[in-house]
Amino acid sequence: MNDKPTLWKRFFRRSGAATVEMEAAAEQQASQGEVRPLDIPPNDPLLAYVTSSPGVIEVDKLNLDSPTLAAMRAEGIKLTLPLVSQGELIGLLNLGARMSEQEYSSDDFRLLNNLATQASPALRVAQLARQQLAEAQERERIEHELRVARVIQETLLPKQVPNIPGWQLDAFWRPAREVSGDFYDFIDLPDGRIGILVADVTDKGVPAAMVMATSRSILRAASERIVEPGDVLARANDLLHPDIPAKMFVTCLYIVMDAANGRLTFANAGHNLPYLRSREGVSELRATGMPLGLMPGMFYEQKEVVLNEGESLLLSSDGIVEAHNTKREMFGFPRLQALIGEHSGELGLIGFLMDDFNRFVGSGYEQEDDITLVMIRRLEGNLSGGEGRESRIEDREAEVLGEFEIQSAPGNEREAARQVLGVLDGLGLSEKRLKRLETAVAESTMNSMEHGNEYDPEKPVRILVRKNGNRLMVQVIDHGEGGGIPESTTPDLEAKLEGEQSPRGWGLFLIKNMVDELNFVPGSGRHTIELVMYLDQVEDA
Amino acid sequence: MESEFTAQLKMEGDLPVLELCGDINGFAEETLNEAFDAAEAQGGTEIRIDFGDVTYINSTGIALIVGLLARARKSRRAIVATGLNEHYREIFTITRLSDFMEIR
Repeated sequence: MNDKPTLWKRFFRRSGAATVEMEAAAEQQASQGEVRPLDIPPNDPLLAYVTSSPGVIEVDKLNLDSPTLAAMRAEGIKLTLPLVSQGELIGLLNLGARMSEQEYSSDDFRLLNNLATQASPALRVAQLARQQLAEAQERERIEHELRVARVIQETLLPKQVPNIPGWQLDAFWRPAREVSGDFYDFIDLPDGRIGILVADVTDKGVPAAMVMATSRSILRAASERIVEPGDVLARANDLLHPDIPAKMFVTCLYIVMDAANGRLTFANAGHNLPYLRSREGVSELRATGMPLGLMPGMFYEQKEVVLNEGESLLLSSDGIVEAHNTKREMFGFPRLQALIGEHSGELGLIGFLMDDFNRFVGSGYEQEDDITLVMIRRLEGNLSGGEGRESRIEDREAEVLGEFEIQSAPGNEREAARQVLGVLDGLGLSEKRLKRLETAVAESTMNSMEHGNEYDPEKPVRILVRKNGNRLMVQVIDHGEGGGIPESTTPDLEAKLEGEQSPRGWGLFLIKNMVDELNFVPGSGRHTIELVMYLDQVEDA
Repeated sequence: MESEFTAQLKMEGDLPVLELCGDINGFAEETLNEAFDAAEAQGGTEIRIDFGDVTYINSTGIALIVGLLARARKSRRAIVATGLNEHYREIFTITRLSDFMEIR
């Protein structure tokens, strides 16, 4: 080709787009003439023609009712050379009139056809490389944003599980993608109990994660203002319903746990039923209720169960039971239930379940759905007297019946007991239980004066008498180091009588046996023990 | 606060009876042990301890009674406790003192 084309324009088609644009491909050449992009409508017959006609096309000889063809002629284009790779039109090489004003020769045509044959694959490769680079950059940007989103989402999950004496709590959360629609939460309630929830937003990924964040805030706010789990879910449902996107909803199981007595009150918004493992076996705990966000004004049934020592409860989302192995078998509820029953307690229940789960799905498993597990276990060996338990948070707001200080001096424990009994009029404690409390207060005060304050007259023992519902609490506070209550064992009377042990060592044993709970109060900076008597306790033998 | 502790030894025939009165706590140790010495000196196989006028027994008091029981076991004497109110009967049961002395 001897002559420079007066115009060299390249047409390219955007993937899937309905238009073909003309743009400057070689700006140096294009600078000799004005370059204007041409839109080619998808129904323009030129498009079909150039795709199906390899080789140079003489524009002036083409007889098509094509607006684009007319525009090309108006631009002075004489030849157009379709660049086709693997059957796909990737561009048009357009040439204007020869500068010599002579016609293009057959040699020119041959040269151009050879050029098209060689240039098309190269151009295609260049196009793909550019496209992949752009896609990689876009993917990197999205992945970066998702990583940030995951970090943000993780901040919405509890940093750690609550540490409650006599209880073991555990949680596991693994999203199927970077972000998750599953979540769980532990909420310190104003009345001292603990709210425990597991929720699952329909769908996965970003949409679910966004609804998750909203749901969590709503459930938290509701649980802090409302006590009953059923009411919390009803309120959350009404708040969520107007804002949740169509066809999305949230299943949620919400439990309020009283660590002092093992009582769990729960309500369920269409979530997987929790499994209770007791001495009788593994059973489901049912409470009915619609998922959150579907329709307003829903009622959520509320149930109650007491978790006894050694018993545990497992809360889960769909991700584990709906997982499939390579044979397309589903993990399923029966397997989960059987595993909970088999668990020996050597390894934590969640670790045991996930070990089996990983064996079931096999290596190379691509997680189908978010997985969340929360385990609540009441440990064995909780003494009936409650020795060593932490005082209940809800009791911190109790009504104060009396508060006084007792000078640390031998014998003053009786004065402490007398003052405590003096503020208990009208509470309905029987004479028998009053005497028990009197002994417990006296013994506690004596311990505080002797061990906490070393009988230093400048260090009084402070006594606080409070009432919260049916709980009467007497706190005995000394200047000793904070912390728990030493383990009390039943004194070995035979050994004492044989002179093998000191005849002393009855104080803590007596206290423990005189009250309904013996707790310690953490975080006060002082050594504080708490004696609790239940005011509604039926007279015992 | 604490009422003064006294322990009187009386004889019912050949049976030494210790009549205790007041609070049995650390302050009572000397008085109680001396009275028990006197009761033991009377010989015999049983000592009765009357708790009828005892107003208070704390854990130190329990330890003192354990000490008396240990002494009685060594000298092969039986201890019989009388006059315990319901609360201290319960405490004697919880501490298992009642397994080693007769409570009437």
